[in-house]
Amino acid sequence: MQPRPFEAIVVGGGLVGAAIALGLTDQGVATVLLDEGDIAHRASRGNFGLVWVQSKGFGAPWYQRWTRGSAEAWPALAADLAARTGLDLALHQPGGVHLCLSEAEFEDRAAKMARMQAEAGNHGFDHRMIRAPELRDMLPGLGPAVVGASWTPYDGHASPLALLQALHRAFTAAGGAYIPDATVTAGSAAPHDFRVETAAGAFAAPRIVLAAGLGNADLAPLFGLAAPVRPQRGQILVTERARPVLPMPTTTIRQTGEGTIMLGDSMEEVGFDTSQSPPVMAEIARRAALSFPWIADLQVIRAWSALRVMAPDGLPIYDQSDRFPGAFTANCHSGVTLAGAHARIFAPMVAAGSLDPSLAPFSAKRFDVPHAA
Amino acid sequence: MFRTRPEARPATVEVMVEGRPVWVPEGASAAAAVLLAGLPSIRETAISGSPRAPYCMMGVCFDCLAVIDGVTNRQACMVAVTPGMRIERQGGARGVAP
Ligand SMILES: Cc1cc2nc3c(=O)[nH]c(=O)nc-3n(C[C@H](O)[C@H](O)[C@H](O)COP(=O)(O)OP(=O)(O)OC[C@H]3O[C@@H](n4cnc5c(N)ncnc54)[C@H](O)[C@@H]3O)c2cc1C
Ligand code: FES
Repeated sequence: MQPRPFEAIVVGGGLVGAAIALGLTDQGVATVLLDEGDIAHRASRGNFGLVWVQSKGFGAPWYQRWTRGSAEAWPALAADLAARTGLDLALHQPGGVHLCLSEAEFEDRAAKMARMQAEAGNHGFDHRMIRAPELRDMLPGLGPAVVGASWTPYDGHASPLALLQALHRAFTAAGGAYIPDATVTAGSAAPHDFRVETAAGAFAAPRIVLAAGLGNADLAPLFGLAAPVRPQRGQILVTERARPVLPMPTTTIRQTGEGTIMLGDSMEEVGFDTSQSPPVMAEIARRAALSFPWIADLQVIRAWSALRVMAPDGLPIYDQSDRFPGAFTANCHSGVTLAGAHARIFAPMVAAGSLDPSLAPFSAKRFDVPHAA
Repeated sequence: MFRTRPEARPATVEVMVEGRPVWVPEGASAAAAVLLAGLPSIRETAISGSPRAPYCMMGVCFDCLAVIDGVTNRQACMVAVTPGMRIERQGGARGVAP
């Protein structure tokens, strides 16, 4: 059967693939977005919804810059998506805090933030370590166990489900072709000439972007790329809706636009196991109630686990294949935060045919370094 | 609107729905008590404030949310009545007192 021709194939309809597919379409590139069916591992449907900057790029200032650039691109992205789809992404970027529940946590955090600032150099890294008395005026009902927090003005949050839906709607409204139940099972590659096989038929294009989340690990080698990502489980609890009470998100506690309070999230190395574990859930609830004792009165109405897409060093992977130019990968564990960058910075690079040198440190080649004997 | 089934058990438990006494059979749900009380609604939604009454009676739709014995946002269809239970309107999102 003849493959359906496009100018770009994007594999994976999660936050990363959808943002890139929309960005490509907006560059005038005729794009097909291939996705799996309803039963799939999808971090994009189970995440926490932070647009988070302050802890990104410790020891890797290029990641801090990329993250900050994305947070800066977010307001325009949210406004554009709202205008195109009518969906409110509930974006708020009032700054955010990381709460410290002991003197040791506070000292550790302070040292980390100071190093982030030093690494940022001329790029700057605006932050403060705030002690409990001042913090109490910023956050209502802060618990006595909180000794302080780090704060940066860059942080915020949004509705990740509204984001995913808006990216998809805008993509199809702009003429993009979304094909579900189209798991890529095989592919062939030549420079600027790619073909993939799916249950929904074959597709061909001079460009391909692998944005299949955890699926990238198997797909990348077919196209002369590497994406050594592994699953890392996170669990989240959600309370009943309450009237607005939290003026800003913390790393693990945020109040959504609808009023629910989300509590999370754990980092568990359990492979592809998506079950929940009561001890982890209890620990999430315990820390939340120490942070804000009034949270203990709220009922938990939902809880789930989902799998992060994690590289060995926790940083994103962006690459173009040396062997098969035109084949790109995009993987990250902050697909909400980085949506602005993916749609508005990364996609134009793909459309233009080359990644900016500033993305070179994100290449998977960084994992090839031979281990010292 | 609601008729009891012919084999219905006798109403032996007294509960208070919005301050009014209602007699219901043992083992009935608080949502059944709301329906028997004939109230047009038992909650207002948190975002648009639109009125809701028990609907699915099986824990799925959340339209039966009520304040039961002082606890907010309980699914009344999932709660069995107890003598003297107080079932009251859930008006939108609950407040929190930090
Ligand atoms: C608990 C938790 C909390 C998180 N919190 C945050 C947060 O607060 N802020 C933030 O920015 N990020 C957060 N994340 C991370 C964020 O959710 C992910 O970075 C993002 O969703 C990754 O998107 P993705 O599109 O790469 O992957 P996915 O959402 O996994 O999507 C991959 C898609 O590719 C498809 N696919 C896979 N293989 C194939 C194939 N062979 N052919 C076709 N399609 C394929 C899958 O069906 C799926 O739709 C969190 C993640 C978790 C798990
Ligand atoms: S009536 Fe539907 S959840 Fe109670």
